[in-house]
Amino acid sequence: MIGLVLRQGGIEFKQFVRTRESFVFTLLFPAMILLIFGSIFQGTIAGVPFKQYFAAGMIASGLLSSGFQNLAISIPIERDRGVLKRFRSTPMPKWVYFGGKFLQVFVIGVLATALLFVIGAFYGLKLPSTADKWFTFIWVFVLGLLACTLLGIAFSAAARTGRSGPAVVTPVALILQFISGVYFPFGSLPHWMQQIAALFPLKWMCQGMRSVFLPESFAAQEPAGSFELGKVALVLGLWCVAGLVLSLLTFRWTTKRDG
Amino acid sequence: MRNVSGLVYGARVTAAADPAISVSGLRKSYKDKTAVDGVDLVVAHGEIFALLGPNGAGKTTTVEILEGFRKRDAGEVSVLGTDPQQADGHWRAKVGVVLQGTGEFDELKVDEVVRHFARFYPDPADPDEVIRQVGLAEKAGSRTHTLSGGQKRRLDVALGIINRPELLFLDEPTTGFDPVARREFWELIRGLRDGGTTILLTTHYLEEAEELADRVGVIAAGRMIAVAAPAELGGRNTAKARVTWRGGSEETDTPTAVVQRLAAEFGGEVPELAVHRPTLEDIYLRMIANGEKA
Repeated sequence: MIGLVLRQGGIEFKQFVRTRESFVFTLLFPAMILLIFGSIFQGTIAGVPFKQYFAAGMIASGLLSSGFQNLAISIPIERDRGVLKRFRSTPMPKWVYFGGKFLQVFVIGVLATALLFVIGAFYGLKLPSTADKWFTFIWVFVLGLLACTLLGIAFSAAARTGRSGPAVVTPVALILQFISGVYFPFGSLPHWMQQIAALFPLKWMCQGMRSVFLPESFAAQEPAGSFELGKVALVLGLWCVAGLVLSLLTFRWTTKRDG
Repeated sequence: MRNVSGLVYGARVTAAADPAISVSGLRKSYKDKTAVDGVDLVVAHGEIFALLGPNGAGKTTTVEILEGFRKRDAGEVSVLGTDPQQADGHWRAKVGVVLQGTGEFDELKVDEVVRHFARFYPDPADPDEVIRQVGLAEKAGSRTHTLSGGQKRRLDVALGIINRPELLFLDEPTTGFDPVARREFWELIRGLRDGGTTILLTTHYLEEAEELADRVGVIAAGRMIAVAAPAELGGRNTAKARVTWRGGSEETDTPTAVVQRLAAEFGGEVPELAVHRPTLEDIYLRMIANGEKA
């Protein structure tokens, strides 16, 4: 069965790579944004170059776009095309399909992040220097990506047709980025906005990434005065569970028209 | 063989006690429209059954309920001994499905798709062999979005038979086929039947139903209005023949006698002589017209 998940992931990834424009844009978009904003904002926050702050947020955003946006947009299209209905007629269980999607998202996430590292290198982005920080990076990466994947699958039920997908998904992702401290220092956002952002995973993914890419001293700029890694793990873990439950409850192989 | 009713064979009589498909009182409505209004249907193991009927008559709804894609409102349904609403992977492994719409895999190649689907099943057919059977051998390495409509349909059929199904559903399988491809497809279906596969087919091509089906059922406005062997549908086998010639025509139970009489009258060749038996299409069109009046 694990073999089947790998195969399913392989075929999903193959399809994704071969749909060249979506492949290129999914990978390039966060990199372009990093390039542009990194060039515009030259200042520092609490002694940390804004670029460094922004890179941490962009890595988290890249995971959001690899998992959440990618799946919440592409799954309704596959559903419209009848690809899912065809899978439904086979004995393949749902979780193999979900697993295949996660593998696809995982590889895209790794590539997108690697590209951000490369772009970041031109700006003097400092990569984590200790094993400890790398360990944090890895679990935030995996947990965040898993939450985004499951939420992407769950949210794919929101778009009733493939055409409405981007219209439904893009605003959600953009708003989350604005309120979660990707484009602006989270500590300087209004309190109520911070409270709302704290309900969603992106804020915690950004915070986890800041703990990896920013110096310890920056923790004082966080609303709680620390990076709250325990809470990051807890919230992302809860979102994984919620995403899984929602996916299992709302996932549709067929369109509403199909009764 | 196909003109002989299934009941003639002893084996099929026993099979009838445990049919491949058994449906009674099936109903399904969408919002304000009744799509299926009390359909009864029994398909024996090893039989090819064709569902005929105009667009919107309830064929696809019926078939998709049997395939486990839609929930019914009322009625008893058993497919291979299981209620498709409760279908599990084990059941799906025994059932082949060719849906009405093609599911497009776009950027994948034909052989990649067929090979991938083979992996879902415990005892699949050889993917290369299936690709050859459906006539896509030359396109095996092509991306699916480059296939023509008829070729995409063949890919659908390949995915429907890759699991060597006990029961195969074909919903308008030959739409978009050219006449040669259609005949090749019929050969493929006969081969599956000879291998023991039960087949439920919907089609708009009456010729196809006549070529393939042991029995046909006509659905109109959500009801099954007739079930019979193609040669016997609507009393076709006992219907009058029409003899026509230059300057005359006559309906008769004894066309041979009429032709002999005409030959005598004309003293040899009868100009423009033709003897027409009602085709399946004639019978079908009459049934649908009557059904809609009723």
